[in-house]
Amino acid sequence: MAAPAKRPVGMQARRRRRLNLFRYVVFTVFGLFIVLPLLAMARFSLEGAKLGTWSFTAYRQIASYNSSEGIPPLISAVEITLELAVITSSVMLVLVVPTMIWIRLRVQWLARTMEFLSLLPLTIPPIVLVVGLGPIYDKIQHLSLSALMLFWVYVILALPYAYRALAAGLSSIDATTLSEAARSLGASWFSVIVRVIVPNMWDAILNALLLTCALVLGEFTIAFFLLYVNLQVELYSISRNTPDAGVIFSTSFAALLFTFVLLLILSFARRRRRGLPRG
Amino acid sequence: MRSPYKFALAGFAAAALLVAGCSSSSSGSSSGAAAVNWATESSAAGGGGMTALIAAAKAEGTLNVIALPPTWANYGTIISTFEKKYGIKINSALPDGSSQQEVDAIKSENGSPKAPDVVDVGLAVAAANTSLFAPYEVSTWSAIPAAQKESTGLWYEDYGGYMAVGYSSKFGTITSLNQLLSPQFKNDVALNGNPTSANAALNGVMMASLANGGSVSNIGPGVDFFAKLKKAGNFSPIQATGASIKAGTTPVVFDWDYLNLASYVGVSNWKVFIPQNAVLGGFYAQAINKNAPHPAAARLWEEFLYSQAADGGQNLWLEGGARPVEQPTMTSNGTINTAAASKLPAVTGTPVFLSPAQSTTAATYLATNWAKAVS
Amino acid sequence: MAVAATGTGARPARAGRRLSVPNWIGTVPFFGYVAIFLLWPTGIVVYDAFKNPAGNFTLSGLTALGNSQVRGYFIGSFKLSLISAVIGAVFGAILAYAIAAGNPDGMIRRLYLSVSGVLAQFGGVTLAFAFLVLIGPVGLLFHAGWYFNFPWGITLIYAYFQIPLMVLVFLPAIDGLKVQWREASESLGSSTWQYWRYVGAPLLMPAFLGALLLLFANALSAYATIQAWEDQVPYTVPQQIYNSMSSEVGLANINYADVLALGMVVLVAIVMTGYALLQRRAARWLR
Repeated sequence: MAAPAKRPVGMQARRRRRLNLFRYVVFTVFGLFIVLPLLAMARFSLEGAKLGTWSFTAYRQIASYNSSEGIPPLISAVEITLELAVITSSVMLVLVVPTMIWIRLRVQWLARTMEFLSLLPLTIPPIVLVVGLGPIYDKIQHLSLSALMLFWVYVILALPYAYRALAAGLSSIDATTLSEAARSLGASWFSVIVRVIVPNMWDAILNALLLTCALVLGEFTIAFFLLYVNLQVELYSISRNTPDAGVIFSTSFAALLFTFVLLLILSFARRRRRGLPRG
Repeated sequence: MRSPYKFALAGFAAAALLVAGCSSSSSGSSSGAAAVNWATESSAAGGGGMTALIAAAKAEGTLNVIALPPTWANYGTIISTFEKKYGIKINSALPDGSSQQEVDAIKSENGSPKAPDVVDVGLAVAAANTSLFAPYEVSTWSAIPAAQKESTGLWYEDYGGYMAVGYSSKFGTITSLNQLLSPQFKNDVALNGNPTSANAALNGVMMASLANGGSVSNIGPGVDFFAKLKKAGNFSPIQATGASIKAGTTPVVFDWDYLNLASYVGVSNWKVFIPQNAVLGGFYAQAINKNAPHPAAARLWEEFLYSQAADGGQNLWLEGGARPVEQPTMTSNGTINTAAASKLPAVTGTPVFLSPAQSTTAATYLATNWAKAVS
Repeated sequence: MAVAATGTGARPARAGRRLSVPNWIGTVPFFGYVAIFLLWPTGIVVYDAFKNPAGNFTLSGLTALGNSQVRGYFIGSFKLSLISAVIGAVFGAILAYAIAAGNPDGMIRRLYLSVSGVLAQFGGVTLAFAFLVLIGPVGLLFHAGWYFNFPWGITLIYAYFQIPLMVLVFLPAIDGLKVQWREASESLGSSTWQYWRYVGAPLLMPAFLGALLLLFANALSAYATIQAWEDQVPYTVPQQIYNSMSSEVGLANINYADVLALGMVVLVAIVMTGYALLQRRAARWLR
């Protein structure tokens, strides 16, 4: 094969410039779109008793809120929700990633079925799902009353998002060739999945993790209707227990900030990318 | 071993554990009852008197309540007063729940230790779900007017108020609903919810109906009034909440008078008026879950709510701006908190009340006509 | 690279004797879990759709689906979900591309990824209120007269979580576009437009369609946000489901709610069929 024709340096530089301009415009426009409502929320959470004044009351009330017992209920709600995030993510990854890879490699006729089932949780509004979950959670509540039992349904709730993130990653690598190569070199299926395919899907797995954690940290409806207390339910309780209307916004804003910092930390778990940056 | 088989085995093992766990015993609710089974008692006297009831309730140690927002009719203080007085912990679930959600929770949580022990529901829901309740007559049973309780004690009204319009004082003084049609109220008038499902909103429309020539069996004029409001551009489609009022988005709100208190609403310049001769009253009802996980605590709670003491439920509700059901009796025997009673908004005209049947008729009419009127 | 010509069915000889168990056994944990925690509750909901409030089996609940008011809810839901999904997918893809084109370890990428993670699940009362305060009747920024119009006002609010969701779900696909393909196509003399038209877009199409489908289903089942945006007119199915499940005025009919939920499942099944057909066409480009 002849050597690829050399491109004039000027054309490459111009393309780079155009790309950078495009990126700056995009980031500015989207940045504004993202930030403005958040600013509005923050402003309202700092609103004083009279419109137009400023006050930290709404934030102080989160910190000082304490029902009659020892640990502020907010701390235990945060603990429980974080534990839920870890459990849900772990179960999700262990359950879904190997299954997806296995289907992709060996049982392709099940691919559409898995796709449909993964989308199903989104078609049933949580309010209705709670009705169907009632009998199941009744049985679960005999085993344990802890809010950690929510993980069983959270895995299902996160499934559509995690599946889609993982599918995007899986479809962008040539899993069949990779697995055939590894197998021909004597690898067991376990090795193929864990040591060959998964490392190539690492970004997609991280995204799925991000989505799952964000879902657990932000989940309210199912916990609420099943009468459990998680972070969002507790924040909501606090906001209903204080007469200041701004508290629901200070709690919401605080929760967003908390989740954001958590996810930012998680994003540093990315493996250093091999290869060239996108062009 | 091959990985797919490993996973299959793990899956089966997990499933087996789950099933084994479930088949282990799960007895029903009976907790705390030593000699007396309070779940079947229909009065305190029957179980050995108030002392026995208090002791049994304390032994149970917990009470599950549902859909009781702390700032609604002073429930926050009621709950903490009860907790301090008897040392019983109250688990307050789903503070923003609707009446229907309360009875749904009774059904779906049946057998769970988290099931609600008592409920505070609208009359329509109470009347439709008597099969879930246990009959009980509080010690002050005779002080509740006969028309406001179910004869065998399945449900009994607790507090109520009159439908009113609350508004920001920046509008001056409003004395009639028709003033709301003028241009200065653009996008300002809101209901507390959707009238096809929310009790407070339905009564809001009904009150507008009464003020415009309708009656308790005809909510049509009320719907027409709101259609006119919408046409004038004055109707706000969002639910009025403390936040929307504070932000200035809904400075005019149709809601029960005890929910239109300046203190509840959270803004200082808030006024209330009840239209002349359109005095629509609405009461809620108490009921005890037949399969309450804490039957003695549930009954003690009811005794507390209907007690005529200075720190009993009736007076505490009054302090929250709601009219307690025993108010007539307590006014005549002097146990009423007169200071709180005098703070209630003035009314001109005879109060009328919607029966459950009338409420359902109105709701059926709204189901077909409301969306068209306000979209 | 020499691949043993064993085909997908045969196993290497050294594996030795073992039970010959079909391959699908490996998927049992997943399907078992889903069966218990998703299919069983769904089954209960579907079963209840065929009962009336008295508990008897009946098909009359289904006739509600033919009612014109109900058709309106489904059309409204479909319209809103489709529009917000397309807007979210297109703008999200643009943003995802901008992110992917930068430093893979850079701060911008981390920031936008984390923000997307947080906002993809954001919604409900606080989101609707934030927009209300921003561009509602007493808007800080300005008063958008169309704020309460369906579907545009609520679509703007939905975009706030649809776009981040798209970024999260689509970014790995863009990352998968190898630089070498771009270089190869350019060395063959293609322009940017040609690259995208003949190489980039077809490669990304399956993932794009999948993400679009997810966004559609996400918008379809959303309830808290639209309920907080306005609650007087039920434009969508979830709003009506909630109205009928939590009615305090005697109109509660959980069987009706179940029928509506069943309708939603059927709607998604139909949409997925269309999606599968599209995918088959798109996949032709890949092999």
